[in-house]
Amino acid sequence: MGTWLRVYARLFAIQGGFNYEVMIGNGIAFAAEPALRLLPGGRGGEPYRAAMARHSRYFNAHPYLAALAVGALVRAELDGEDAVRIERFRAACCGPLGAAGDRLVWAGWLPFCSALALLTFGAGFGAAGVLAVFVGTYNLGHVTLRAWGLRAGYREGLHVAAALANPLLRKGPLHLARGTALVAGLALPLVLRRLGSGRLWEGWSLGIDLVLATLLAAALSRWQGRIDGWRVGVGLLVLFVLYSVVR
Amino acid sequence: MPIEMLASLTLLGAIVGLDMVSFPQAMLSRPIVGSTLAGAVCGNTMAGLVVGVLLECFALETMPFGASRYPEWGPASVAAGVLAALPGADGARVLHVAPFAVLAGLVTAMLAGETLVWLRRFNAASAARHHDAIAAGDSAAILNLQWTGLAVDFVRGGVVTLVFVVALVPVRDVLELHASVAGASPIAVLAVVAIGVAGAAFWKVVHTTVGYAWWLLAGLLGGCTLLVLT
Repeated sequence: MGTWLRVYARLFAIQGGFNYEVMIGNGIAFAAEPALRLLPGGRGGEPYRAAMARHSRYFNAHPYLAALAVGALVRAELDGEDAVRIERFRAACCGPLGAAGDRLVWAGWLPFCSALALLTFGAGFGAAGVLAVFVGTYNLGHVTLRAWGLRAGYREGLHVAAALANPLLRKGPLHLARGTALVAGLALPLVLRRLGSGRLWEGWSLGIDLVLATLLAAALSRWQGRIDGWRVGVGLLVLFVLYSVVR
Repeated sequence: MPIEMLASLTLLGAIVGLDMVSFPQAMLSRPIVGSTLAGAVCGNTMAGLVVGVLLECFALETMPFGASRYPEWGPASVAAGVLAALPGADGARVLHVAPFAVLAGLVTAMLAGETLVWLRRFNAASAARHHDAIAAGDSAAILNLQWTGLAVDFVRGGVVTLVFVVALVPVRDVLELHASVAGASPIAVLAVVAIGVAGAAFWKVVHTTVGYAWWLLAGLLGGCTLLVLT
């Protein structure tokens, strides 16, 4: 049990040695290391050293779903799988784990939780409420996903492709995108109102502001791929700050 | 600024800087968290939250896909939160300085993103120095590379935060003395820009989903209904 807790804890630091040469390769060896001590000969034995060398080589995947790879690789090593087969598996699972993780987490769960936090703010909650909703909700998914990945990877070993067919990974992004659209639509008008509420609105009407924000969003969406919205935002703010200083 | 407060902010910057990539990626580095906590350290949590919400709208545009380069939001959001919350700012003053705080946060995020590239190069150089030991499966070399990367990233976050806080607070004070726009509430202008950017960012995330427009429309109608009813 202690071994698996150590592996699990180290998964959270899997990108600690991230670099452009081996990406998270060193992190894979770092996370798997407590379990690799169970190999014949223990720490310092030849199988242990060979496995550490193998797993510190190039590897790239989504950091959360790398747990799936770590579980599978540990299982393969402990089962005494052929080294060539393990190497082939390592090379093959980078792409799918990266793509699935990006879709589920960076394009799904994180925007959804951000929208939820904005909705909480727009609904009038204070700092504690907003942070509790954002950090709590996000990490409920985050911590669970890493734990599921490690468990599923160890259970399936080199046949872990079956785990990638899990409904969570196949259908999750679709449901999250719909949920994000709904919650973001609810949140943005409420956030706009709260930011400009009361005496601080000074002559601006909420309706006009909503229309202006919608037009800006539509323009940025149309130019998507050609310009980054946040860079446009920087430009507009620079102009506004300069105007407010020099006038 | 009291030295204890500066030390606390540096520590906060180090924690959120480490969280961004290295450990534990719990999204403490998101602006809505970093700025709010910075505001709390400075004694004005609400100012930090307002700036955090605004920066979060911009940050939605830059998700950390793959090994792409992206802005470093952790220390930047701490710096922005400090600019809005210091010193003992009341509500009106916060709203006056918010555009500069957000702009400073955005520029800091862009510049601080470069330090992530330096960190990755440092890690690569460390790995190259110990290449033979790592290739031989020497666990001490492999674990040391990881622990060193974590420690350097922690220090990086703290130093970036310290540098930008110390550099930007005097700039804010000068700008605050000279800036005014009659008839326009700075926070209203800022909110329109931020919500526009956030709207486009959400669209970017969901527009390939079947039926997304109906969900978005339903949300917007619900949001507008709530505006009218509450």
